[in-house]
Amino acid sequence: MTLFTGRNLVCVRGERRVFAGLDFAVDAGAALVLAGANGSGKSSLLRLMAGLLRPASGTLAWDGAATAADPDAHRARLHYVGHLDAMKPVLTVAENLRFWAGLRPGRRTGNPGDAVGPALETFGIAHLADVPGRFLSAGQKRRLTLARIVTAPAPLWLLDEPTTALDEAATASLEAAIAGHRAGGGMVVVATHTRMAVDGARVLDLSHFAVRSQGAGELGS
Amino acid sequence: MSRFLHIARRDVRLAFRQGIGGLMAVMFFVLAVVLFPFGVGPEVNMLARISAGVIWVAALLASMLSLEQLFQADFEDGSLELLALTPMPLEVVVLAKVTAHWLTTGLPLIAAAPLLAVLLHMNTEGFTVLIVALALGTPSLSLIGAVGAALILGSRRGGVLLSLLILPLFIPVLIFGVGAVDAALAGFTVRPQLFVLGAFFLAALSLCPWAAAAALRQALE
Repeated sequence: MTLFTGRNLVCVRGERRVFAGLDFAVDAGAALVLAGANGSGKSSLLRLMAGLLRPASGTLAWDGAATAADPDAHRARLHYVGHLDAMKPVLTVAENLRFWAGLRPGRRTGNPGDAVGPALETFGIAHLADVPGRFLSAGQKRRLTLARIVTAPAPLWLLDEPTTALDEAATASLEAAIAGHRAGGGMVVVATHTRMAVDGARVLDLSHFAVRSQGAGELGS
Repeated sequence: MSRFLHIARRDVRLAFRQGIGGLMAVMFFVLAVVLFPFGVGPEVNMLARISAGVIWVAALLASMLSLEQLFQADFEDGSLELLALTPMPLEVVVLAKVTAHWLTTGLPLIAAAPLLAVLLHMNTEGFTVLIVALALGTPSLSLIGAVGAALILGSRRGGVLLSLLILPLFIPVLIFGVGAVDAALAGFTVRPQLFVLGAFFLAALSLCPWAAAAALRQALE
């Protein structure tokens, strides 16, 4: 079943069309890899999917219903990993994670902190739980960011260059986490330049949707 | 509601972890007021006459000091993006952060005000009204300031811009705040001024979170 779809999406950044006429569909348990050169709009598409950007035209739909109609419900079912790690240097690793976990739906009954330990374990930073964030290396910060998405369940993962600064072991952990997530019916959309082993992923090459002539790309006055 | 407290608690904790960061506003407040006897001379009658105005102006400037950082740090490290993606209205996030701002600056200012009133030889009849007026006025300052803090995101030299944007908007609070204390010192009724301050607070409470959230959405695009 096709759960998450985009139809005829147009993205405008700074009065320049980044891509136009883009369609995508992600089924339950499927993965979509975004490919394309720098500036082809991979990050913009992920931000569109998350609802941080609004498409200039076109619609995003979840199970047939437009996501714009109920943004709160849409945000409740997604995890977004951007370029920044959203980590507070003065809070410990566990405190950082517990904060983000506490803002998610589900787990209202249980203590959101319960999932923190296993999530840190997944990415091999459980021994750093009580270390303030400012002492982490770039790769460890990245692992913490990824631990955030496994702490609270959400069906849709939107990952923007998730392997930046990760070593091989952590990349393998991420691939395993993605596989586990998909086995449970979750969906993953990932933009990456490095080789990631994502089984059976569909590849969406954004350069096909680039607006070639700059003249056509300008907004009408 | 629990998420509202979750965010407010995290912001208060961040303020305390940053060491003197939380105390900076109140220290500035005390120092700014202490400068006046040096500037205008230690004549008791003169100081008593200007005391209400001096304390209010210093409180205004002090609460503005920390406003610049209200959203800036979260904006720079990507936390704001994630807060905007949590399944609750961005207005609630704004309100939680404003509450934390008031708890870490407004409340210490109110606590320090009587001490400074003694220093400036204010007549004791004005003390209670001064505290009540500050308690009604400082939340409005935090709320109005949040709109300015959201608007300056991403701009350089934001602090100066912030003061240009919001200091004019603080003037009504200043007029009625000082008016209430002066009325009490002169033996008149203070209810009208306090009611107006309360009305300002309710108006700011109902309008500012929406305005600030709209500005934040703009900044995140």
